[in-house]
Amino acid sequence: MNFLVITTLIFYLLSTAGYIVYLFLQKDRLYRAGYYLLAIGFLCHAVLVCAEAFIVGHIPVHNLRGTLLVAGLTIAGVFLVLQFKFKLKILGVYVAPLTASVLFIASRLPDTPMQQINNVFNSVWLISHIIAIFIGEASFALACGIGIFYLVQERAIKNKTQGFFFRRLPSLELIDNTGYRCIIIGFTVLSVGLVTGFVYAEFVWGRFWSWDPKEIWSMITWLLYAALLHGRISTGWRGRKAAIMSIVGFVVLLFTFFGVNFLMEGHHGEFTRF
Amino acid sequence: MLNILLIGLNHNTAPIDIRECIAFSTDETEQALKILKQDEVIKEVLLISTCNRVEVLLVTENKSKAVEISKNFISKFNQIDISKFEKHLYIHEDNEAVRHIFRVASSLDSMIVGEPQILGQIKDAYNLANENKSSGLILNRLLSRAFFVAKRVRSETGIGGHAVSISYAAIELGRKIFDTLEKKKVLLIGAGEMAELAVEHLLRNKVGKILVANRTFERGVVLAQRFSGNAIRFEEIADYLNQVDVVVSSTGASDFVITRKQVKEAMHSRRNRPIFFIDIAVPRDIDPKINRLANTYVYDIDDLKGVIEENIEDRKREAVIGERIVDEVVVHFQQWYDSLDVVPTIVALRKKIDDIVQGECGKLLQTLSHPSEEDQQAVTRMTNALVKKILHNPTLFLKSDDANENKSISIDITRKIFNIED
Repeated sequence: MNFLVITTLIFYLLSTAGYIVYLFLQKDRLYRAGYYLLAIGFLCHAVLVCAEAFIVGHIPVHNLRGTLLVAGLTIAGVFLVLQFKFKLKILGVYVAPLTASVLFIASRLPDTPMQQINNVFNSVWLISHIIAIFIGEASFALACGIGIFYLVQERAIKNKTQGFFFRRLPSLELIDNTGYRCIIIGFTVLSVGLVTGFVYAEFVWGRFWSWDPKEIWSMITWLLYAALLHGRISTGWRGRKAAIMSIVGFVVLLFTFFGVNFLMEGHHGEFTRF
Repeated sequence: MLNILLIGLNHNTAPIDIRECIAFSTDETEQALKILKQDEVIKEVLLISTCNRVEVLLVTENKSKAVEISKNFISKFNQIDISKFEKHLYIHEDNEAVRHIFRVASSLDSMIVGEPQILGQIKDAYNLANENKSSGLILNRLLSRAFFVAKRVRSETGIGGHAVSISYAAIELGRKIFDTLEKKKVLLIGAGEMAELAVEHLLRNKVGKILVANRTFERGVVLAQRFSGNAIRFEEIADYLNQVDVVVSSTGASDFVITRKQVKEAMHSRRNRPIFFIDIAVPRDIDPKINRLANTYVYDIDDLKGVIEENIEDRKREAVIGERIVDEVVVHFQQWYDSLDVVPTIVALRKKIDDIVQGECGKLLQTLSHPSEEDQQAVTRMTNALVKKILHNPTLFLKSDDANENKSISIDITRKIFNIED
């Protein structure tokens, strides 16, 4: 298992190196190398997660280590798929180090066994709930990075400083559109994830909604992105505002992901706790 | 031995009035080549004349005489006293001439480093020389190397990278805001050379509709016709701000033509779609405070100049890499050029034949059963005589005056026939 973690990490780090050198030298070869290295890393990572899932008998998200492991995998996966469509070559500069560090942190955490054995994890509803939530969150992670790129580029253009990033980042419109697409994808998939979660809750606890802090914060996150999309469609919140919103949205999402579990009690508790 | 010689003047060494006097048109260049070619001292000749430089590139046996002839020719042809332009001339010989022509072709010696026209101008000059048969073996090779090095410099360095003119810099910025300028609506306010040039660049980038606003509506109509756009009244500008994406402004107005308030209102109704103002007027037409509104970008002439300066600095840094490529190719050319000398060619030829004969001789002696010492010596004597006799006439020819007429060609052919590597 450890061998797989290290192999995956090495590929992610190589990909990071490839993308960073690409940032400086702007040779397409390097960008492609970064992409393929990340893809190989992703495959190793997938094998790793599958192996763990096989051992514990369900998607391994019963502790923080597993959760991060799956989060890293989905970020890499979502990026690899979306990058096919997107023309934002520079995005790898954000994603490759992100996946590498998520994996690294995961690998340093203890692999605590599940506290109580039950069949909580083996339901179609729950599996789709977990997968959808992770994919949605991965898209929002990308949107956050794209938002940062936007702010950097906008600043360069507004301040009239033709710096390092001005040359290397694409046009504002392209960055903005790409971020928007990420939010749409993330929002759609997250909504599916929430619904399946409600259905599952109905089965297990007999009610859709139980005022669990995780549920409340998920709803807040969802509303935030809903507001962002609504603002864009109705009054044209684009550019800087949208970029800041997607960064803020991701920070709130991170709090929902980690903070709630550390600070508050609830039935999602053990999933992301040590 | 033939020498490569370059005599010329350019924007760095000569003021414009001198360059104007000496410039050659295409027809004049043709005449000049014919006249210069008639001279015995000059074996090959090429003439480059652009608005920034006049250069005579020639191959000769007698450098000082060729310089004299060239100077006299320029003086006579353009009816200008030698003393007037002599001090602006530079004269490069051999390697330096080669390096110079490579640098010129690669646009390293241009007024604006990296400008692409010069390569085309040199190609034209070369074609003209070729048609008039004034270029030969050496210049052909030299120019083909020059085109090669120019191509390499362009593709391996960022020398031609970013915009170095105001209007083009504006376009480049536009592309950093909008991904593509295709179908974007453009509003031109006022008129003026630079603004019109910017609009022409925009048209080349396939922008959509062009609107023209002018204080005198009739002038606007004329201008709009030129860009196949529509004219609007000056008072209507604010109403159109919600539909145009790029505004190019160049009026003589002393006040702002577009105010922050107008744009703020327009942004609301255009639902925050970005808008890019290019303000070429002095005093400015567009309130610089507009730049602080969301999704609006204002660049005035000083900002654009700032962009250009940075780009020029960038090109200069890239030029250093270009110089390195030039140095490399100069060395290669030098090697080829040296091989055109008689003595090394004769030595190489002798070695080539000798090697063949010795090799075959060795094989023969091995197949003979026990040749006696005397037999072996007889064979060796025979082969040595063979080599000497075979090489006798070619050597005489290469050293003779017949060959000297076109020595480099004779040598080149000899090397090719016998496949002698450098």
